[in-house]
Amino acid sequence: MIFVLGPHLPPGHGSAQAAGQVTDNTVLTAIMTPIICLIVVYFVYALIAFRKRDGDEEDGSAIRGHARAQSLWVAGTSAVVIFLAGYGTWALLQTGSGGGQGPTPINVPKGPKLQVQVIAQQWQFTYRYPSYGGMETSQLVLPADRLIELHVTSLDAIHSFWAYGLGVKADAQLGTDNVVYVKTRGVKSFDIHCAELCGLWHGYMFDTGKVVDASAFTAWIGQQKKIFEPVAKYMPPFSTYYVPEPDRRAG
Amino acid sequence: MELRIAAVAAGTAIVVALLVWYVVGFLMVSPSAVTPQATQRATPTAELTLQTVAGLGDGFSQPSWVSYLVKGKAGQWKHSTIFTLPAHALVHVTVYQFDGASGLRNPFLSKPQGVVGDTMTIDGKTADVLDPDLASHTFAVAAYHLVVPLEGVADDAPNQCEDAPCTMDKAHKTITFAFRTGKPGKYRWQCFVPCAAGFIYGFGGPMQTIGYMDGFLNVV
Repeated sequence: MIFVLGPHLPPGHGSAQAAGQVTDNTVLTAIMTPIICLIVVYFVYALIAFRKRDGDEEDGSAIRGHARAQSLWVAGTSAVVIFLAGYGTWALLQTGSGGGQGPTPINVPKGPKLQVQVIAQQWQFTYRYPSYGGMETSQLVLPADRLIELHVTSLDAIHSFWAYGLGVKADAQLGTDNVVYVKTRGVKSFDIHCAELCGLWHGYMFDTGKVVDASAFTAWIGQQKKIFEPVAKYMPPFSTYYVPEPDRRAG
Repeated sequence: MELRIAAVAAGTAIVVALLVWYVVGFLMVSPSAVTPQATQRATPTAELTLQTVAGLGDGFSQPSWVSYLVKGKAGQWKHSTIFTLPAHALVHVTVYQFDGASGLRNPFLSKPQGVVGDTMTIDGKTADVLDPDLASHTFAVAAYHLVVPLEGVADDAPNQCEDAPCTMDKAHKTITFAFRTGKPGKYRWQCFVPCAAGFIYGFGGPMQTIGYMDGFLNVV
């Protein structure tokens, strides 16, 4: 299970967090497989062994407890659950596992980070790069082999930023900063979806992001700054979240 | 007893059937597609002419809702937001803007993007950005990373249009731009300005209904 199926489990190895999720899925699958096999095999055995035969009009045998089997089952499954709770907590504390940690993250990876803000709105994600003058773009491009600090927020409804290939998923809420860490690896493209039902075009709220090498990223940033220079004067200062005014423009 | 069970079962089946009929009907209803003027050359071109109105007026199912209208081949205005366009074509768009400004929640969307030259014209003048507070609507196609902000009519402008379709003697702004379509497909477009008067945050009603502030480009 570990060596055959494990390397092919989702979500792949597009980032350190995604690779960690593959490991977690492998551990879960390896533990659950013998338990599921035991249940399925016994279920099939019971169907065959205890089936009603032709001409058999008597009641079935009385069901009685078996203290040893029951104790073994309760102890075994409890041990599995406790182990998985401990393992899950440990895995979360390693890298955050690609999930949103809220405005004050418990786990902050060490080292320099590139901040990127993800702004959700009905029905598109846009992205701000505070290290580059707060520039905003409609495409997510990240440098390879960098630790990225994503700040996920929304301008209206509740959305969820899901970059499956990077193993990242975080809710986007109005007035809230949801921080996620992701360590990119090699050059790749990845799908971005909204994973929270957010209105008419929720099903169309997807895009493709890119991880590019450092020089391509620098060139792309320069190009985007030039394209969006005219709108810079209207952009609000970078903030971890925004509450657009007036709240109810047309109401 | 058996009769009661049968009656309950039949009643349940009828209610479920009605629910399914309602939901399917709601999901399937959409305006008919409109094919604007198009030419077939080596690089096909098409002319898409639209107008936005603050309220459709009498004769429509939602008379108070803000909406787009499109000009058909014969020059008549139709209430539809589904446009059929040629693939790999240059589309020249003209929008007659009869609605007032509501303002963009995200100022970033006040920069024309994904259009030829990254600019638009407003009443004949070239512009590469619009004050986000002056935006009345946007025409945005996410798949093309296309966004064009549409300037609203001033609140105190004389002779404002009240019923659709609006005529050119009413107060309006004229916005033009061009974009290129890609491969055949069905691409959604939308308005980003929360312009749905009377709905919380301006995002309900016409902003959530195909045929008003949302639609499709049928690229063929």
